[in-house]
Amino acid sequence: MITVNRVRRAFYLDSVALMRHSRVLAGMDGVAEAAMMMGTPANQAIMREAGLLDMDAASAQGGDLIIGVRADTQAAAEAAVEEAARRLDQASTQITREEEWRPRSIRTAVAAAADTNLALISVPGAFAAAEARKAVRRGLHAMIFSDNVPLDEEISLKQEARDCGLLVMGPDCGTSIINGVPLAFANRVPNGNIAIVGASGTGIQEVSCLIAAADSGVTHAIGVGGRDMTDAVGGLSTIMALDLLEHDSGTDHIVIISKPPSQSVARKVIESVAESSKSFTICFIGAGSLELPPNAQFAGTLKSAALLAVGREPDDLALPTPRIAPKGRERIRGLFSGGTLCAEAQIVLSNLGRQVVSNAPVPGAMADTDAKDADRLIDLGADEYTQGRPHPMIDPSVRDAELKAALTDSSVAVILLDVVIGFGAHDDPAGHLAHLLDGAQGDAPLVIASVTGTEDDPQCRSSQAAKLERAGVLIAPSNADAAALALACLNR
Amino acid sequence: MNKGKPADLLSGPLHVVNVGLESFSEQLKDLGVDVVQVDWSPPAAGDPDLARLLSKLGA
Repeated sequence: MITVNRVRRAFYLDSVALMRHSRVLAGMDGVAEAAMMMGTPANQAIMREAGLLDMDAASAQGGDLIIGVRADTQAAAEAAVEEAARRLDQASTQITREEEWRPRSIRTAVAAAADTNLALISVPGAFAAAEARKAVRRGLHAMIFSDNVPLDEEISLKQEARDCGLLVMGPDCGTSIINGVPLAFANRVPNGNIAIVGASGTGIQEVSCLIAAADSGVTHAIGVGGRDMTDAVGGLSTIMALDLLEHDSGTDHIVIISKPPSQSVARKVIESVAESSKSFTICFIGAGSLELPPNAQFAGTLKSAALLAVGREPDDLALPTPRIAPKGRERIRGLFSGGTLCAEAQIVLSNLGRQVVSNAPVPGAMADTDAKDADRLIDLGADEYTQGRPHPMIDPSVRDAELKAALTDSSVAVILLDVVIGFGAHDDPAGHLAHLLDGAQGDAPLVIASVTGTEDDPQCRSSQAAKLERAGVLIAPSNADAAALALACLNR
Repeated sequence: MNKGKPADLLSGPLHVVNVGLESFSEQLKDLGVDVVQVDWSPPAAGDPDLARLLSKLGA
């Protein structure tokens, strides 16, 4: 095997575009693996680990772009590197030709458009807080999609924003909806009178879509970032979001979604809730019930949070008729693209008496060391699956290897899947899954899925569900219902 | 410098400056939202520590 590198100095292209190009290179004749990445230390470590970096390229800086190809022959590697160079040339020409004016900085953008009120930031994590700080200092609210932002940067940025009366959503904020506008990975949900404040992107997506399915709607969904309700960050953005929503006349009810927060943050949040004129549903996934003020109700799952928010009973959804899972098998295998959906399924199965292991275990589940005598639920968005690769919501093939293994595993009776659609997500995740399932053997496990999305999403929920049903998949109305249905099928 | 007020975000239309993934700009444009894409490249010659320091100094 030959590894060839090229470094293009001071050249930036966003990570999604680079991944798209990398996949084309990886598919070329004789190429074993290929990647194009910005030369940050984290990216260089990933490329080195994958055998895509030689000593030469290691001198690249964070602002340089590295092309790395591992191939059978020198000629194949060189051909791929040439193709990469051609694609980069094309990308830069395209940007130059575009007639639209592009400022080089947030400062210039704000100087030209004084009504700018939000900066959406998705640059590499090492630079994201610096960009957000520039935005805050110019009076903008910020949404930081980037992950890998240092914790101390998150804290100081959020403190500075709070002192200016500004909101920082994130870092690692995948989903927000402001005034009906979906930002990053969000769904097209109707307007209504319910707001969501969430530390989890897929949690916000599931709850907002279930609210839409119940013929209600959303005013705003504010993502605060996965670390906001930890002791270290102290719920700075959560409290700021609740303050903003308190003055929002369109919002009557607020749903708060998080993993169980630290005690001190839980206390602060509950104090804010008690002082509010609005009513609340508090969904601390995996927490026991909480002592709450009279204007708040507790939900243990995303599904019950959505139903309580619209005034229904938590179990008020009709389940499809269970099918019979293959006999003589006991295990459920869950393959999730959404971390919070994986957590919710673990809670549903644990509460129904199942022993659950996971690479991202909730309280009550075990770490994924010995899966033989337990249901195994995998979060495929976790770092070990996504380092140097797109998230499974963007690239559903991240799930392929685990799905193929589960389909031929003679201990697995039911496979549980989540399909998350909406803006930012893959344009046809159900089609991708259906293609894989078409090749399954007759005695393969029963496959159950939920589709998180709405009819107005670009992929359209019912079209995605229909594709899966044609491939033999049993569709549940929600992620929690899919987990409950899996057990019902096992027990038939 | 803008004088942002908290209520600005939730009560009026969004005016977005997008720094990073172009697909987010395209999505917003398709929805009719006012968005400007920054032609971003890593500042401070790609040195995150220096970039952080510069942002704190207001550069």
